[in-house]
Amino acid sequence: MSADIKIKITDRDGVTHEVLAPTDMNLNIMEVVRMYELAPEGTIGICGGMAMCASCQCYVLNSIEIPEKGDDEEAMLSEAFNVKPNSRLGCQIHITEDIEGLEIELAPEA
Amino acid sequence: MIETDILIIGAGPTGLFTVFEAGLLKLKCHIIDGLPQPGGQLSELYPKKPIFDIPGFPSVLAGDLVSKLTEQIKQFQPGFTLNEVAETIDQLEDGTFLVTTNKGTKHHANSVAIAGGLGSFEPRKPQLEGIEFYEQNDRGVDYFVKDPEKFRNKKVVISGGGDSALDWSIFLSNIASSVTLVHRRNEFRGALDSVDKVQELKELGIIKLITPGEIVGFNGKDQIESVIIETNGEKITTETDYFIPLFGLTPKLGPIANWGLEIEKNAIKVNNSLDYQTNIPGIYAIGDVNTYPGKLKLILCGFHEATLMVQSVYQRMNPGKKYVLKYTTVSGVDGFDGTRKEAEKQVVKSIN
Repeated sequence: MSADIKIKITDRDGVTHEVLAPTDMNLNIMEVVRMYELAPEGTIGICGGMAMCASCQCYVLNSIEIPEKGDDEEAMLSEAFNVKPNSRLGCQIHITEDIEGLEIELAPEA
Repeated sequence: MIETDILIIGAGPTGLFTVFEAGLLKLKCHIIDGLPQPGGQLSELYPKKPIFDIPGFPSVLAGDLVSKLTEQIKQFQPGFTLNEVAETIDQLEDGTFLVTTNKGTKHHANSVAIAGGLGSFEPRKPQLEGIEFYEQNDRGVDYFVKDPEKFRNKKVVISGGGDSALDWSIFLSNIASSVTLVHRRNEFRGALDSVDKVQELKELGIIKLITPGEIVGFNGKDQIESVIIETNGEKITTETDYFIPLFGLTPKLGPIANWGLEIEKNAIKVNNSLDYQTNIPGIYAIGDVNTYPGKLKLILCGFHEATLMVQSVYQRMNPGKKYVLKYTTVSGVDGFDGTRKEAEKQVVKSIN
């Protein structure tokens, strides 16, 4: 039985939620946001997690080490709006024990 | 005026398959879609990606699934109104519906099946102050190239890093007096051919390429006159007649949200214990656009919902008539085009 990890997610209204994310369900950050309904349906995860829409863009707020961006993610972010140096696509960050304590903020809806 | 039995809004997999199930009941369908081609998200977002949960297909490319569905429904001769978005709906005295698109095309149908997925695809617009002003009345900002002739001998600035930005830069370089392509980084995501062609046109001085660059503002009183481009920490002003941002499309529920339907979590509430009807009798919602307890946004669920929904329309159009389920294997499929598909007869022959 693998453990749940704690993640802090700041929603688009600026409210921070500390949530538990299971590591044994092959989830990503975008799916955790939907699981806890921290953004309205239809405003996040539009492409379903293929790095093709940037609706799950988020800013990484602390220095937890997460795997580097892939080509698809890099390309999508280069066309997205409100991009900052700490921007990532939530659907490309997988929930593993290595990212325990990660803090992110959802980028505005665009 | 287009007349049909079921007016389907959305040409995604659920909308397409509805035509087949309706056809088996001799009901005619017409489909409206805002995109120029059928397939919805499957064609627009991920035509080359595989889907693994279509029963009977261990793996099928989204684009291939759309082609197969199109082939499957061909004999039921669906009508299409493409490139138009369903805007208003009026219920007539006899309970039928009149649906008008953004281009004024009118459709009259007994029932309406909304199979709109996540909504109609709209261009993703850069968030720049004052851009709305230039979007109107041909003041210089366009999100589509509808009539290329409009750009003849004009100066054009395109921004974006995908296929449409590359393809339109190439195409307009033959027509416009100048084409400047601006992208936030040096890498482009597009077909290799297009990337090579832009490289070639850049070297020939036909396309001006500014990377890494980003449009950060405009000048011009009544019309756009120039754009401000930030590149390598510097701001440069480039004269232009048109600015075409091509950052892809994103679905929005759009005008359907104002049709008086009960909406929850950006989806339309339906009666899932019976027929996927909305709070307005005669209007149904199927596929990703609807919601009910336990809803899953899967293509295969959309197919199931479409199948039950057309039964309800059959009852609406033939009140009191008993319907007996027939298997296609047993009864075959009679197309509206006169074709017939049927199982081969078994050979009955004695062996001596």
